[in-house]
Amino acid sequence: MFENLSDKLQRVLKNLRGEGRLTATHVDETLREIRMALLEADVNFKVVRQFTESVRSKALGQEVLDSLAPGQQVVKVVRDALVEMLGSRTARLEFAPNPPTVVMLVGLQGSGKTTSSGKLAAWLKNGGRRPLLVSVDVHRPAAREQLGLIARDVGARVWEGTGTQTPVDLGLGALREARNSAHDVVIVDTAGRLHVDEALMVELDGIRDALEPREILFVADAMLGQDAVRSAERFHERLGLTGFILTKMDGDARGGAALSIQSVTGRPIKFLGVGEKYDALEPFHPDRVVSRILGMGDILSLIEKAEAIVDRKQAVELQKKAASNAFTLEDFRNQLRQVRRMGSLESILGMLPSIGPFKNLNKVDVDEKELTRTEAIIDSMTPAERRNHRILNGSRRKRIARGSGTSVQQVNQLLKQYVQARKMMQGLAAGRAKNTGKRKKGRRGRGIGRVPV
Amino acid sequence: MELITLFGTPGPRDPTIRDKVRNAVSRTRDDLAARLRDVVANRPEIDSDLLDDLEAVMIGADIGVRTTHEILDAIRERVARDGLKDPARLRQALRAELRKALDVEAPPLAGAEPGEPFVVFVVGVNGVGKTTTIGKLAHRFRRSGHTVMLGAADTFRAAAIEQLEIWADRTGVPVVKQRPGADPSAVVFDTLRSAAARGVDYVIVDTAGRLHTKHNLMAELEKMTRIAGRQVDGAPHEVLLVLDATTGQNGLIQAREFARTAGLTGVVLTKLDGTAKGGIVTAVVRELGIPIRFVGTGETIEDLVEFSAEAFVDSLFAA
Repeated sequence: MFENLSDKLQRVLKNLRGEGRLTATHVDETLREIRMALLEADVNFKVVRQFTESVRSKALGQEVLDSLAPGQQVVKVVRDALVEMLGSRTARLEFAPNPPTVVMLVGLQGSGKTTSSGKLAAWLKNGGRRPLLVSVDVHRPAAREQLGLIARDVGARVWEGTGTQTPVDLGLGALREARNSAHDVVIVDTAGRLHVDEALMVELDGIRDALEPREILFVADAMLGQDAVRSAERFHERLGLTGFILTKMDGDARGGAALSIQSVTGRPIKFLGVGEKYDALEPFHPDRVVSRILGMGDILSLIEKAEAIVDRKQAVELQKKAASNAFTLEDFRNQLRQVRRMGSLESILGMLPSIGPFKNLNKVDVDEKELTRTEAIIDSMTPAERRNHRILNGSRRKRIARGSGTSVQQVNQLLKQYVQARKMMQGLAAGRAKNTGKRKKGRRGRGIGRVPV
Repeated sequence: MELITLFGTPGPRDPTIRDKVRNAVSRTRDDLAARLRDVVANRPEIDSDLLDDLEAVMIGADIGVRTTHEILDAIRERVARDGLKDPARLRQALRAELRKALDVEAPPLAGAEPGEPFVVFVVGVNGVGKTTTIGKLAHRFRRSGHTVMLGAADTFRAAAIEQLEIWADRTGVPVVKQRPGADPSAVVFDTLRSAAARGVDYVIVDTAGRLHTKHNLMAELEKMTRIAGRQVDGAPHEVLLVLDATTGQNGLIQAREFARTAGLTGVVLTKLDGTAKGGIVTAVVRELGIPIRFVGTGETIEDLVEFSAEAFVDSLFAA
């Protein structure tokens, strides 16, 4: 469904040609598709209506930049406006001047508060803090056990309290404990609740008043639909949110709810939850989420990310090597490591748009273990073998298999892949040399070539 | 970001879009549905404003822009063909159309081979309320005089087994479990064997929440259904997808993927006690042709009712 939408948008963009300034036709035709895209992404319809109206008046008469088609210029205005709405800079977690800083997580049932609490603890630990976790969820069966298990997994302490304590007492106990044992952040995991459940909302008031949290983060599921505005607004009115965490971004929901929530609360997104593992919590970058909501993928951030890691010089060298057929197993391993440093393969693939050449890529099965195995095999080779794979005879292969805990078949398979990759790189390098002269403007397109695959 | 400044108009940004949108959206409780009622009551003729309002109500209920347009187009055609002029009749026509879309026959939850358990799998993405639904479902089966056994095949999420056990205690039904991290298919195997040995009527299997985009987890689910089929003829007899009413358009994609790997036979719509309408099920039912079995309306064990298209359509247009 989304593919169709993107395709359609692409077609509209292509058809709008010429002219130095944006005309009503350009703007209206493009905005009609944008409106559909935003609604499909679950942006609240009132937000969409007001937003497209505002963008329309802003875009009309604007100069079209040389390098863009008029339709693209409109998308660009839309994109900028969306980034502006979501906050143009990355929001940080605020810490109290006098520790411990209390961070309270609130939200609907099943939005991912407990998992996010664990991830936040892991993230804080990584940043050199000493977080203490406490669950004040006395309602959901086994909720507190869940937080205890997660805390154990991330190596953070959890304040257990006793089974009969009220949420406020549990929170206060944790606060005292944090002061006594020099924990500088207390993460308070609250029970999920509906914004219309008055009794439970009153409970939240009490917890907030007793603990005076520095941050009250609304945990919202990226799959939320039109109702996101209502729940976020009620929570915000009640508690005064300081920001929100958007979870389950590792799925394929477009996350339009982020825009809706932002619109009614005016508060920034602080983190994204992007996976089942406890390190799968990322600081939020507005421009990336905007690309995703618009359904154009996060290709820009992929390039950024890749460029940050791959040393340009190294990239140039690699290209040369590829062209001259000197791409060794050592280079193969380096590339592999660079890719892995970008995060899990799944999260990288998730950033690609679901259009064009990447259409089916995100359906590819990714086996992280396979990468580990490949690295182990190459690690078990001697430098001479890595530089020249042709000397790998049967007995060398047997030794490598033993050394890496794999089988000779697996070693053979890797070598086959390597030879293929080498061939492909030669082809790419030759192709690129031919193309660069012709396509000066294709900056984004060329950038992709640098992503090691 | 570089690209923005590269293309953007120089100088300070105009803050108005943000403010404007915010003003327009706050006070979301202003009652669109009530306004629609007024519109319908007071306007003598069907006009584009009325159709726009209907569209807003439907999209606002998460029915989705495509399904909404398809349904409204059908209505418009009917209006033109029948010379329909009265707004009240239009509203009736729309409700009838929606009811028709949602009314799929739901065969009874029975029909296992004599002496074998009727096996129900409960599947869905994370956090939709699978375990809670199982508790309520077990209670429902028990209340109608049947014996029930639960299978704790969510061996992944921390404390999932404990959560299921608490529900089992409340309903007084046995749970078959293994260690956390155990192979869920093995849990299915154990559960069905034990159920067959004890002559249990219903087996409900709790599965780990999984995003439909995680191919390895979806493959695991496929394996679990295969193992069940090997153990008991025709099992799983029922595969229920739990959908959260707050979910937007992604719900359809979830349903599609789960249908493909696990062969869905029905939907349970949870969290309908909030303000979300759960309209995405309209698209799910239309596309997959499977019935909505139950609706979750609260946190207590009794809060699971059979789905009624009539009541559901009513709630779409209610305040």
